[in-house]
Amino acid sequence: MSTMSTVIQVILVLFLIASAIGVSVTGNLFMAVIIFMGYSSIMAIIWLFLESPDLAITEAAVGAGVDSVLFFLTLKKVHALKGTREG
Amino acid sequence: MALSEKKSFWQKLKAWIDGEEILINADKYISTREKPELPHFAKHFSTENVRSNKKLYRLMSVFVSLVFIGIMLITVTHLPTFGEASNPSNNEVAERYLEQGIEETGAINFVAGMILDYRAFDTFGESNVLFLAVICVVMLLKRDSKNISAAEDQENAEDDVFDMEDLKLILKKGSKTIAPLVILYGIYVVLNGHLSPGGGFSGGSIIGAGLILYSAANGQKKMQTFFTFRTFTLISVACLLTYCGCKSYSFFTGANHVGYEIPKGVPGAILSSGFILPLNICVGLIVACTMYGFYALFTKGEI
Amino acid sequence: MNHLATNFYEAASVILFGIGFMNLLLQNNLIKKFIGLNIMDTAVYLFLAAKGYIFGRVAPILTNGVVDADYYINPVPAGLVLTGIVVSVSVTAFSLALVQRLYKHYGTLNMDEIMKLSREEEGE
Repeated sequence: MSTMSTVIQVILVLFLIASAIGVSVTGNLFMAVIIFMGYSSIMAIIWLFLESPDLAITEAAVGAGVDSVLFFLTLKKVHALKGTREG
Repeated sequence: MALSEKKSFWQKLKAWIDGEEILINADKYISTREKPELPHFAKHFSTENVRSNKKLYRLMSVFVSLVFIGIMLITVTHLPTFGEASNPSNNEVAERYLEQGIEETGAINFVAGMILDYRAFDTFGESNVLFLAVICVVMLLKRDSKNISAAEDQENAEDDVFDMEDLKLILKKGSKTIAPLVILYGIYVVLNGHLSPGGGFSGGSIIGAGLILYSAANGQKKMQTFFTFRTFTLISVACLLTYCGCKSYSFFTGANHVGYEIPKGVPGAILSSGFILPLNICVGLIVACTMYGFYALFTKGEI
Repeated sequence: MNHLATNFYEAASVILFGIGFMNLLLQNNLIKKFIGLNIMDTAVYLFLAAKGYIFGRVAPILTNGVVDADYYINPVPAGLVLTGIVVSVSVTAFSLALVQRLYKHYGTLNMDEIMKLSREEEGE
């Protein structure tokens, strides 16, 4: 493994931890779900670095796609989307 | 008639199945419903007290989590080095899958060969979990006579008006071009599951995402012209039964591909690797229906 | 300490698991609790996938016709995680459906308020 690749992987992992903390700290539910979406996308890139393309495709479609759609629909149902049409 | 009055075991069993009174000597249990006296320490340190004392609860949970992270980090320092071939996790199981996989399953993608041939029973259970999850969400969110409110009806009516209007012109036109491409890509991923990365789970979620996009842009009314609850159950149950039938055949012929009637074909061709292609299609359809089913139930409460 | 730096994937997954656990304990909002649960899920997957990786080897898909166990990474964790990811979606969907029902009944997502209201209901 080259040094450059290691550095990129460490940066990605640090980003994961940062977004996990960000989800806990933010007070806005909408922001929390958006940050979680970013977390899933970064996770998909990490699966590619770990040589598991199957997992990368699934995580990108499921984690960043379907999962966040379900979260957004729940936010709409519980009237937590302030500042949008549904607010 | 209470159960205790019946003598024979079979009578009791029959009464129990018919749903007659389950409690034998119900009075005995009802009379002891008073709260038992708590032991001394439980009075002062009951969970209720901890939960109501906000500060203590927060401190305790942070403390527990940090101690947990610390212990696990110490454990990580004792784990074998990352990425070495001699690690204990890279044992003869993986070696067998990699060296004999193509010969025994005919799949070029070793992961697909593993989860749909060597461990196909596990994947069957998982497909059932997906179907069960949708049924549970149907139980919770389906709009029927007991789960209905005027405010919600009004919201749904507003959404319907929004779907009819031309406000979403860009979204509608865009989805008409993009959604078929997304679904086509999903079908490609499913059909090439044994040749390239992907397979039933990934391709199914992509197809589901395409259906969600189409439904979000054009409204659920339009979606219901070709995808109703009946279609959903038909596809899911048919796929589960096909999976069950394929694997039963495989088990009956010895589960070891001895006397296996399905030809494996040339590894690398699209029609190869025995049962993996049909099983991939089954799993893909189940996952796609599941993903769209979740979306539909979460928006309108009906598929 | 040096070992921790080489095993950075495992270390990161442990820290992520801890953060998710803290979220689960500390957050009062149910939706954020479930995001914490999802973070815990992905942390476990990261740990499993990191156990299967081997330096200098390629993904477990036949390349250039090489049939040799020393050429590919370990396919077992990938198979385990693949099924896990899809199950985690169904768990998330089920729990979010429960959240919607709770909101419909109590009109709030705050854990403490729901506990209080349910206790009042029981007392009646």
